[in-house]
Amino acid sequence: MNTMTAQRQAGWTRRMGHGVIVVLASAFLGLFLLLPLAAVFVEAFRQGVQAYVASIGQPEALTAIRLTLLVAVIAVPLNLVFGVAAAWAMTRFAFRGKALLGAFIDLPFSVSPVISGLVYVLLFGAQGWFGPWLSGHGVKIIFAVPGLVLATIFITLPFVARELIPLMQAQGSEEEEAARVLGANGWQMFFRVTLPNIRWALLYGVLLCNARAMGEFGAVSVVSGHIRGLTTTMPLEVEMRYNEYDYVGAFAIASLLAMLALVTLAVKTFLEWRYSDEIAAHAPGGH
Amino acid sequence: MKKRTVLLAIVGTLMAASAMAKDVTLLNASYDPTRELYKDVNQAFAAQWKAQHGDTVTIQMSHGGSGKQARSVVDGLPADVVTLALAYDVDAVADHGLLAKDWQKRLPDNASPYTSTIVFLVRKGNPKGIKDWPDLLKPGVKVITPNPKTSGGARWNFLAAWGYALKQPGGNEVKARAFVRDLYRQVPVLDTGARGATNTFAQRGIGDVLLAWENEALLSQRELGKDGFQIVLPSISILAEPPVAIVDKNVDQHGTREVADAYLKFLYSPQGQELEAKHFYRPRSAEVARKYAAQFPKVNTFTIDELGGWRQAQAKFFADGAIFDQIGPGN
Repeated sequence: MNTMTAQRQAGWTRRMGHGVIVVLASAFLGLFLLLPLAAVFVEAFRQGVQAYVASIGQPEALTAIRLTLLVAVIAVPLNLVFGVAAAWAMTRFAFRGKALLGAFIDLPFSVSPVISGLVYVLLFGAQGWFGPWLSGHGVKIIFAVPGLVLATIFITLPFVARELIPLMQAQGSEEEEAARVLGANGWQMFFRVTLPNIRWALLYGVLLCNARAMGEFGAVSVVSGHIRGLTTTMPLEVEMRYNEYDYVGAFAIASLLAMLALVTLAVKTFLEWRYSDEIAAHAPGGH
Repeated sequence: MKKRTVLLAIVGTLMAASAMAKDVTLLNASYDPTRELYKDVNQAFAAQWKAQHGDTVTIQMSHGGSGKQARSVVDGLPADVVTLALAYDVDAVADHGLLAKDWQKRLPDNASPYTSTIVFLVRKGNPKGIKDWPDLLKPGVKVITPNPKTSGGARWNFLAAWGYALKQPGGNEVKARAFVRDLYRQVPVLDTGARGATNTFAQRGIGDVLLAWENEALLSQRELGKDGFQIVLPSISILAEPPVAIVDKNVDQHGTREVADAYLKFLYSPQGQELEAKHFYRPRSAEVARKYAAQFPKVNTFTIDELGGWRQAQAKFFADGAIFDQIGPGN
């Protein structure tokens, strides 16, 4: 009788412990993620749907959206190609300086975005290394679209490679070698064996890369020059409107960026659910 | 073949059309609080230019902290004109050879079409009873002002406080230094720009008094509700002269000197002066000033020249290791 009570009590204490941890984690998430997210939408719709639609429909907002999409459309595919190539090199070849390459891929994660922008100003700005030559030939990089693209590529460089490297490492190269033995050429092997094996990780990497490309503020802010309607992306437009006391406008555009994040999350969750069998089959150790 | 002809025809027509319409684009690199002013000025100037010359002129704007904007122009921001918070920032651009060193003599009134001064913005009813500079040092009073390293307005704030202390009976540099040191001990947040500081004070509700441009204080009263805040004029303040200038190198490259020149002169015209007064900048024109006398009460001011001019003030107070660094946090 006594032991049973003791056991019941121990179970109850354990459940209490679990409960406390769950509540703590949820409260933390709610406080730091959900509350700010909700605040964005509440502020955006503070003056009603009409004001919301009107502020997004302003020409400056539309050019900011267009510019953000343009930058992402250039930066993301380039980083997709680079990410696959880098992951391939890191996991399939042995070469001198491999560790160095790995460290360099991570560099954009560890460097402050402001510095990432500044290095391009130092390289391509009018007082920079290549500045005089560039301006002599009428080429504009800093304070123009090319600068925005460069800074974005730099910032989003690790996303695809970092998703692929652990997976490709775990998968090993046996299947690819088998394909080569069976007579496939390099491209056939890549498109029929490698790509199907890594597609979910690749897709996830691209989604993250895109989300960051559209949302980057610091590096882009340094190279933008903040010319309204010309070099301002959505995150910069948010700051600008906030500074102009246009709080509804600022939060309306912020809500678009928040929705982008939510859509990214939803697509990822959907893919994981829809293709869970395949993902399990291709996951490390799933063979 | 046919497709190509059509395409060529379209391109040709487009080029011809743009050549006829003579669209001109100007880029104005300005500081933070002028956003609303130049929105109106640009529209009015474009209308006038169209009426007089038949050409369409579009003025693009870039806003930010005054020092940062000067740096951007030096780094290649293709601004045709700069309209900044203080003369030193234009000097910095001139030092890199982008415009003539005597730029301040090329337009009337030190090349400042409008002026402003530094005032106190306090919460409704002035609960801390702030009337003049010494009240800012009272225990428990939190003062909001941006960082003089990055913000032009903040440098005017600093110099206004310095000048006040210097001009008191028995005032000297040692006392002035102690006064500003104690003042900056009351500052909980140093924003990078004037508008950031206004948002900190007004929107986020931090601090008891905001040191602000008069134009910024009047604007925030209008934008954020008159009942929330009131303006206190100190016994003495500084006459802030925000300068404007053509960036010679850029206008010559763009072929925009004529329209850029007309744009800056427009700021001195009756219409321009009226718009500036409407946006809470003190106009130079006596006539417009009379019309807006109620909005701009008389303030006792001193000028930057009494502190040796901007170049000297910059080196003495705001350069690396200068007085602001010496009195800063931890000293």
